[in-house]
Amino acid sequence: MVTAALAEAVTHPAAGAALDIEQVSHAFDIDGTELPVLSDVSISVEPGEFVALLGPSGCGKSTLLRLVAGLDKPRAGRLREDESRIRSPHPSRVVVFQDPTLFPWRSVWDNVALGLEAQGILKSQRHRVDDALDLVGLASFRNAYPHQLSGGMAQRVALARALVNDPKILILDEPLGKLDSLTRITMQAELVSLWQRKGFTTLLVTHDAEEALVLANRVIVFSDRPARVKADIRVDRPYPRHRGDPYLADLRRQILGLLGLDATW
Amino acid sequence: MSTYSLSDGLASGAPRLSRTPLLANWARESGVGVLASIAWIAFGLSCLWWEDVGDWSRTHSLGIAAFVIAAIALFGTVGADYLGSAGRALRKRAPWLVALGAFLTLWEVATAKFAWLPLPFFPPPQSIIEVYTDDLPKLLDSVFASVKLQLGGYLIGVTVGFLTGVSIGWSRAVGYWVHPVLRFIGPLPATAWLPIAFFTFPSSWSASTFLIALATGFPVTVLTWSGVASVSNAYYDVARTLGAKPSFLVLKVAIPAALPHVFVGLFMGLGSSFAVLVVAEMIGVKAGLGWYLQWAQGWAAYANMYAALIVMSLLCSGAITLLFAIRDRLLVWQKGTVKW
Repeated sequence: MVTAALAEAVTHPAAGAALDIEQVSHAFDIDGTELPVLSDVSISVEPGEFVALLGPSGCGKSTLLRLVAGLDKPRAGRLREDESRIRSPHPSRVVVFQDPTLFPWRSVWDNVALGLEAQGILKSQRHRVDDALDLVGLASFRNAYPHQLSGGMAQRVALARALVNDPKILILDEPLGKLDSLTRITMQAELVSLWQRKGFTTLLVTHDAEEALVLANRVIVFSDRPARVKADIRVDRPYPRHRGDPYLADLRRQILGLLGLDATW
Repeated sequence: MSTYSLSDGLASGAPRLSRTPLLANWARESGVGVLASIAWIAFGLSCLWWEDVGDWSRTHSLGIAAFVIAAIALFGTVGADYLGSAGRALRKRAPWLVALGAFLTLWEVATAKFAWLPLPFFPPPQSIIEVYTDDLPKLLDSVFASVKLQLGGYLIGVTVGFLTGVSIGWSRAVGYWVHPVLRFIGPLPATAWLPIAFFTFPSSWSASTFLIALATGFPVTVLTWSGVASVSNAYYDVARTLGAKPSFLVLKVAIPAALPHVFVGLFMGLGSSFAVLVVAEMIGVKAGLGWYLQWAQGWAAYANMYAALIVMSLLCSGAITLLFAIRDRLLVWQKGTVKW
């Protein structure tokens, strides 16, 4: 598994993009009062890295993802993808949200085709939609409508909809947060293998320390709102990782301590 | 244990089931059909048995037709097993055939035979049949005129309403200017414009088209607008991160997402445009079913009025059926839509 992943990484050396978040601050206006959500956040992500962003709920992790995606503009600081400023959304940075947000009026196939259609290249690239559906194992559901899918299947379709664009940076906003624990474990393994095969840079927001440690090779812990980087932890363990790994368990204890939860563990 | 006692109970129950007389089984299957047949025979007899109190030419034919329907009801339901889906459909509707036969018998007796209901106002069934056979050309002309007027006005109203609704829902600037106008004019019943419309427009036909379009346009606009406005931002976010341009966001996200609302607007618009159509035809236009009604009332031709009412109701119901069929086709992705 590891060697296969390495071989893949060699054949696709530049599949992921570097991401630079430089002294980014952001705030929301709520009824005239300014609510700071990000305070002077600087993170530098190498191409092909899998970075988990971990922090208390409502700390501003998701806001940071929206900035990376280009959906919002930061109040201060800069974001760059491979040296070019991020100013607006681009299909090289695709987001998978917590809710699958599939378009209910489109079949599974048409949902996955959305990005190619929006970019006007669907006619010549139809095979990419089929490939993406194969990748997430839902080829036989191509004609189903979203209301006919289970939660896990819907999230897989959302993943295929993102991957069909061959993103350089895959942005995951708690994509497994609403799934049952069994589906969740399966999909975690699938995410890792997709990332190893495709080599894109991955940014995963989660509030689950275990998930972060099983998936990422770097875990960034945020403080309460306004979010600041509290710790930047490297996870040098081969994949597939085991939940019972004492090294990971130790890291998990450390991280929960950083989040102020040591008393409960 | 419980399984055993259950199967035991079934075993002792089975012979009782098989002892059920064949007759009862047959009666359950075809009894309603026989009743329907009896009801229609009663209707036929009620036509032929007594003398009419008035002068109607179709009494005899109506009686014969009733016997024919009675025969169809009888053989159709008894032999339903050999008639496939037509037989099943007939058997399902057999209770309605009973009710209809009984109602017609009562109607026949109460009007044509004993005049329990005051006569010129409550014509018997045969006089309505007489209208359909003898006044058919004029009735068809009226139907054609009504459909033409309704279709023109409705389509204009739908187009304008839909475009306005999407524009208000999408663009803040358009909303700023159009919303107050909509609030001021929209709730006004379209019929209130009648006097103005009929002298400002060059013809009564164009005035009526305008009024029907107005009556249709308001609900279509409001519901399209609310549909577009209520589209979740998450859909736009998804589309934008996938590289969608504004035109894509309108055509491929906002409009399809708003379509269920739009169809509610189309349905409401259809209802209010029927009302305007009839009023406009009664007052200004010299053609159409509304005009026919008015004309029939002027001549105290009450049978013609009932005949026109029946046609009108079939047309309106047909239009709504058609609209719902289109909706079901376009919105297959929705679950649990109402069956019309």
